[in-house]
Amino acid sequence: MITIIDYGSGNISAIANIYEKLNVKYKIAKTAEDVVGAKKLFLPGVGAFDETISKLDDTGFRKVLDFEVLTNKTPIIGICVGMQILAERSDEGTLPGLGYIKGHVKKLDEKSLKQKPYLPHLGWNSIEQKKNCQLFEEIDNEIGFYFLHTYYFQCEDNADVLTTTIYGESFASAVNHDNVYGIQFHPEKSHQNGIKLLHNFALL
Amino acid sequence: MLRSRITPCLLVHKKGLVKTTEFKDSKYVGDPINAVKIFNEKEVDELMVLDIDATVEGRGPDFNLIKNLAIECRMPFCYGGGVTTVAEAKKIISLGAEKVAVSAAAISNPNLLLEIGTAVGVQSVVVVLDVKKKGFLGGYEIFTHNGRKATGVKLKDFLHTINKIGVGELIINSIDDDGKMKGYDFKLFDSVRDLTNMPMTILGGAGSLVDIKSAITRYKTIGVAAGSLFVFKGKYRAVLINYPDRNERKDLYQI
Repeated sequence: MITIIDYGSGNISAIANIYEKLNVKYKIAKTAEDVVGAKKLFLPGVGAFDETISKLDDTGFRKVLDFEVLTNKTPIIGICVGMQILAERSDEGTLPGLGYIKGHVKKLDEKSLKQKPYLPHLGWNSIEQKKNCQLFEEIDNEIGFYFLHTYYFQCEDNADVLTTTIYGESFASAVNHDNVYGIQFHPEKSHQNGIKLLHNFALL
Repeated sequence: MLRSRITPCLLVHKKGLVKTTEFKDSKYVGDPINAVKIFNEKEVDELMVLDIDATVEGRGPDFNLIKNLAIECRMPFCYGGGVTTVAEAKKIISLGAEKVAVSAAAISNPNLLLEIGTAVGVQSVVVVLDVKKKGFLGGYEIFTHNGRKATGVKLKDFLHTINKIGVGELIINSIDDDGKMKGYDFKLFDSVRDLTNMPMTILGGAGSLVDIKSAITRYKTIGVAAGSLFVFKGKYRAVLINYPDRNERKDLYQI
């Protein structure tokens, strides 16, 4: 059972639709109470950092998430800005992040790009797996995933980097520490690779 | 490495999909949701759906349609048509579109782009500019209301405004070439590429995969969009949704 956090940010219906077709049980958590005792947590996220983290605070999800993730060690995956708010802070905003993975969200460096376009990093890009992880089993690294972002997750500990992607410079396109996973790209919009990854998360 | 995006552009008119020529003579090509399902199977890079009635009719976006498209779309999709407020843009993103396109409202009030960017993230804000050649040395002028209303705003001038504001993507649509399938107006797109740094998508005139390939050769990483090419087949323009397969695309991306 996957509990998808509905805090008014991100592509919940597309994710739910994929789990529906995969025959994976899921529920959409509308309130903090719906998260209590969850087996697996899914944290979507679109938009700006401060706006996203504020929504999580305002809807009362944060406290229960802290408990489920840090104390109960429930697996959680954050997507796009849902990944970035797993960090401790971001150059995009002033509010602190969830801090589940040590790191700092920074802007991609335009100067490292040799040709136009510059920012945002938009489109399909390949990935390189840096450590073995069930989440990326049977994924076609070259086909990769769909990206749309300007900021990226800079891990404090390199061992937390799961995959890297090159846009100008190499950055962490997926991160993992213990039960916490974050992916910068959009699996719900990445065809077979994305469906596979969402399925893998369900099988973790 | 980042690949170019080969993007079908679908036009919604009276709840059905149509394809136009020079923004006129719309021909019915099918049902939107059905088209999305076919494009899912073909694993398209992304989709662009533009409601060409909304601004003309002075109404807002059809949220029901957007919701149904977003649920079905297994690829990223950009919605445009009738967006005039931050609240509408926020709703479109929350319904599951990756990007929201603004055109007429952005030209009369460029600050709207800034406000939308703050609300949904700059990367999700797309500007669509429908342009027409102005005489021999006149450059290009921006049109709105489905090509019916001349704004008097020069493309060049508006690009300077956009550069100051910052958006996630720029879609340049050549009205003169729409539906003709005679190739892209590279002179137009060259001038836009020179003046801006953001992701750009070109639209209007693609008639074959050769046109797609020459655009990617020319600009390296670019959004290449087309309408007719992906909904018509053969010289009699029989309606048939199509898209290059994986091997053809490998050749087109050139990486």
